[in-house]
Amino acid sequence: YLFVQVENVRLLDRVSSRKATLGTLYLTATHVIFVENAAETRKETWVLHSQISSIEKQPTTATGCPLLIRCKNFQVIQLVIPQERDCHDVYISLIRLARPVKYEELYCFSFNPKLDKEERERGWKLVELHAEYNRMGVPNDYWQISDVNRDYGVCDSYPTEVYVPKSATAHIIVGSSKFRSRRRFPALSYYYKDNNASICRSSQPLSGFSARCLEDEQMLQAIRKANPGSDFLYVVDTRPKLNAMANRAAGKGYENEDNYSNIKFQFIGIENIHVMRSSLQKMLEVCELKSPSMSDFLWGLENSGWLKHIKAIMDAGIFIAKAVAEEGVSVLVHCSDGWDRTAQVCSVASLLLDPYYRTMKGFMVLIEKDWVSFGHKFNHRYGNLDGDPKEISPVIDQFIECVWQLMEQFPCAFEFNERFLIHVQHHIYSCQFGNFLCNSQKERRELRVQERTYSLWAHLWKNRADYLNPLYRSDHSQSQGTLRPQTAPCNFLYKFWSGMYNRFEKGLHPRQSVTDYLMAVKEETQQLEEELEVLGERLASLQKVQLNDNKVKSKQQDQNKELGRSTFNISLANTPQEYSNDLKSFPSRSPSQGDEEDSALILTQDNLKSSDPDLSVNSDQESGVEDLSCRSPSVGGCLPSEDSGKDSDEAVFPAV
Amino acid sequence: MEFAELIKTPRVDNVVLHRPFYPAVEGTLCLTGHHLILSSRRQDDAEELWLLHSNIDSIEKRFVGSLGTIIIKCKDLRIIQLDIPGMEECLNIASSIEALSTLDSVTLMYPFFYRPMFEVLEDGWRTFLPEQEFELLSSLTDEWRLSCINKEFSVCPSYPAVVIVPKSIDDEALRKVAVFRHGNRFPVLSYYHKKNGMVMMRSSQPLTGTNGRRCKEDEKLINATLRAGKRGYIIDTRSLSVAQQARAKGGGFEQEAHYPQWRRIHKSIERFNILQESLIKLVEACNDQSHNMDRWLSKLEASNWLTHIKEILTAACLAAQCVDREGASVLVHGTEGTDSTLQVTSLAQIILDPRCRTIRGFESLVVREWLQAGHPFQQRCAQSAYSNSKQKWEAPVFLLFLDCVWQILRQFPCSFEFNEHFLIMLFEHAYASQFGTFLGNNESERSKLKLQQKTMSLWSWVNRPQELNKYKNPLFEANSLVIWPSVAPQSLQLWEGVFLRWNRSSKFLDEAYEEMVTLIEYNKQLKAKVNALRRQLAELETDDRMQENP
Repeated sequence: YLFVQVENVRLLDRVSSRKATLGTLYLTATHVIFVENAAETRKETWVLHSQISSIEKQPTTATGCPLLIRCKNFQVIQLVIPQERDCHDVYISLIRLARPVKYEELYCFSFNPKLDKEERERGWKLVELHAEYNRMGVPNDYWQISDVNRDYGVCDSYPTEVYVPKSATAHIIVGSSKFRSRRRFPALSYYYKDNNASICRSSQPLSGFSARCLEDEQMLQAIRKANPGSDFLYVVDTRPKLNAMANRAAGKGYENEDNYSNIKFQFIGIENIHVMRSSLQKMLEVCELKSPSMSDFLWGLENSGWLKHIKAIMDAGIFIAKAVAEEGVSVLVHCSDGWDRTAQVCSVASLLLDPYYRTMKGFMVLIEKDWVSFGHKFNHRYGNLDGDPKEISPVIDQFIECVWQLMEQFPCAFEFNERFLIHVQHHIYSCQFGNFLCNSQKERRELRVQERTYSLWAHLWKNRADYLNPLYRSDHSQSQGTLRPQTAPCNFLYKFWSGMYNRFEKGLHPRQSVTDYLMAVKEETQQLEEELEVLGERLASLQKVQLNDNKVKSKQQDQNKELGRSTFNISLANTPQEYSNDLKSFPSRSPSQGDEEDSALILTQDNLKSSDPDLSVNSDQESGVEDLSCRSPSVGGCLPSEDSGKDSDEAVFPAV
Repeated sequence: MEFAELIKTPRVDNVVLHRPFYPAVEGTLCLTGHHLILSSRRQDDAEELWLLHSNIDSIEKRFVGSLGTIIIKCKDLRIIQLDIPGMEECLNIASSIEALSTLDSVTLMYPFFYRPMFEVLEDGWRTFLPEQEFELLSSLTDEWRLSCINKEFSVCPSYPAVVIVPKSIDDEALRKVAVFRHGNRFPVLSYYHKKNGMVMMRSSQPLTGTNGRRCKEDEKLINATLRAGKRGYIIDTRSLSVAQQARAKGGGFEQEAHYPQWRRIHKSIERFNILQESLIKLVEACNDQSHNMDRWLSKLEASNWLTHIKEILTAACLAAQCVDREGASVLVHGTEGTDSTLQVTSLAQIILDPRCRTIRGFESLVVREWLQAGHPFQQRCAQSAYSNSKQKWEAPVFLLFLDCVWQILRQFPCSFEFNEHFLIMLFEHAYASQFGTFLGNNESERSKLKLQQKTMSLWSWVNRPQELNKYKNPLFEANSLVIWPSVAPQSLQLWEGVFLRWNRSSKFLDEAYEEMVTLIEYNKQLKAKVNALRRQLAELETDDRMQENP
């Protein structure tokens, strides 16, 4: 499978099967590439092998042998390869390429963004958890950093640095860890400094039907006491009660309120990874339907249960945030192993509680904290290496969707926009950056990920201008304090996210993007502010000269002339765009001056386009670039034809 | 009749008002001939409720001891609750409201009593006249004429006094065509597509009956709109089977044999009680307090509301596609040509014609394609989602149209001069209003009611600058293109602004809107400043040069 090249391959349009483009298919060590034959466009479609979730060879037809490639970023590619033999070769090669067995085969080990060593190291230092815990306010009188896990000796899926109550001795921690699944003992996830309440996380206790553990009981008591304002502690088991009870038979289970002093125990029924995997599967089947009726779609969406699961995760997060912020009560969260549902719920709660996590940097920190450092099994869940398909589940996808649902309800609360979330999701699967490799911090250190790969966060941070929410203001009321989503009735607040799950079906999305429009306005505003300053200075100097002029009269005219010219030139050099002095040519978005406006806006769009290089080497090429132009606020100027919805009409109205 | 006879108890003290997302208010409840008023006698305060009786869709009353509760469900879908001490007072209030909200006579409606407190800058009754529309058309083509055949509403009672018809068809022929069409609604011009000269016409179904009656004049009329050798499309808004069944009742459709130059396409759009049922179910689903996600989606699905939206939009896109992409003329009709036909022709115009996406243009569209075209507003909007009586004539046809416009607006947020509030305002006024605009079922009735003389036009009020500002879309940039919306289920959404308006707090969304307006306003101010400075500089520089070279 070194390098396969097949000519005369047809790439089918998913919406309209009649539309197909003829081109050449290439398989490289890292990508599937389709290059259109049409000389004027030669559009390229790039798909990273690590994005491929399934390859399906369909029965050969008269026109050739169809191959269906489904991607983890929800792109679906349908190819028709003329020769059955070629198709088989491609199929066999892809199966191997899409399922690497060694980490070293992943793209991040060959990806080279041409940064020097220092830049790479700086990139990895962008997110520092130590600083984050300091920001939260720990260590303090109640919480300390523990080195009990310094060599991963207590728990191999935990980070080396964990924060625990000051009164929890090493003896208590180790004892508690022995009473918890995979030794994942209770540790601090979030500390709410306003009232000392905290969110801690762990795995389930090995309580079976009657077992107890003194150290574990002491551990929970220590957590409760670290919040002197409250006389009890919530223990939230995020599983459905039935699942938790079934675990008791296996010697696991949940806390018995009678054995622990002053705890309030609560189940919040979030389903397990298998239910979630099949739910997503069902929802994607609905997304893939060809011209579904409204009933097909809504019925399928309901039947998938996807939004119900999203709501369950949100409800858990809301419950915890409320307990912490309003009741001032600390919460211990767990599920079974404490690395899936627990991660979802802790991070949703943190996001609701702390506006910092709603900034771009804060969101990176949140994912590092609750997901990466606490041993969320990225490799298993997202199938980076060939493994057990039953381990795969869209756990972090659900968290990302929860954030989107919140963005829809609180449009001014987040510093980042939808595109940011989509790109984060994309890169969790792309393996282009080392952040999400392996299943734990321990494995990543052994693999020396930071020395051998680059950090996604640095890359996103460099391009942050693309990811800003234009409606965000750090002094806006929505970007302060706790977010309180409406709870009842609220089912209708949860919506299908077509921007994610139908991400590559551009025809389905709004044709004009308010976000992009406002981003362009903001950019223009900034340019105007700069120009205003320059003009002001120029005017001041001119007036001064004229004032002098009037006093001194004649004589100095030569000097005057020179000065006038030089200010003019300076202003030209300082102006971001070459505005002419003619008033009418001033770029404006007002309808009356319609023609000029486009040039200003297109310029902004170009700036946006060029700024995400990963998209041009990646499968995103289409969505990243084309998306922008098709969502461009100045539809008129950008589109090649008079038709603003070229893709959809034929597909939608086959009757004519 | 005196309203006083209907008001058994004009005022009750210590009434408590409950509304969603507001704290309860205690105050005095007053009933007047047209309003239900609650004022909380506190000095500081604006906690008042002014509710038009005509906005009340249904009321329920219940008692706990001597405390009575009236639940008022409004046509704008709001639900409020009044706790009234005293059983007799409560019963009196309830029966008064019931009587006052179901007045039989149109002339007792509020618009006939309303005295505007604002200065009328422009009489809305004279803002949109067919003559002006024709003048506009005349500047583009001379193939059409204005016919006064319906001057006394004698040929077609549901048509306006003047209509635009092909120049080559005289009034005598029109009379014959009228007899051949249901309700005498002969084909008239609905829209002229400047780009290629193609047109969209609308009518009612032809009365072919079971034995396939034909009418040469009818054929001649619609053929007159075709260019030589060109074919046209007839979009029948009924399914083929429904259209076939219509023949048994004397109706029917254009047969290929008699209309060889026309290709007929059937698109099924639901009517009357099916739509009304759909609205009732949808609103029920939205008001459901349960916490179950599945129930919500299945109820939304079962209401079929979004299915209707999809069907209507699809038919409208098809009509627009025929005109713009196929370069063909189109005739649209269903049965009466007063409901689904108008949905299709008006939405197609929004897709095709940038003018219809401006505020004035949209108002003009509503006047032309709905009011003058004879959509029976009074019948259709008599009751809304909480009606108990299943009258045959009520249907949210206009609301569906507004919802479809909202769907397009959502997909092209920068292409409309108006915002969502404008559409919601029209929805409210269609169902209950102080203005006479939506009274009556057609121009003939409006003329008999002397609405122009006796009531105020909605447009007189809306088109004042201070009012208009509320309805301007800050994102608007004139877009001269045809805008093709997506009708895929993923692209259509529930119109929260109407259906969830009273069920969810819009605080955070309103804040976002404010933020957006601020951003754009600031940008505009800067632009003006920069322009002013530039001008000043340019002048100074010219002065300089003049001084240099005297």
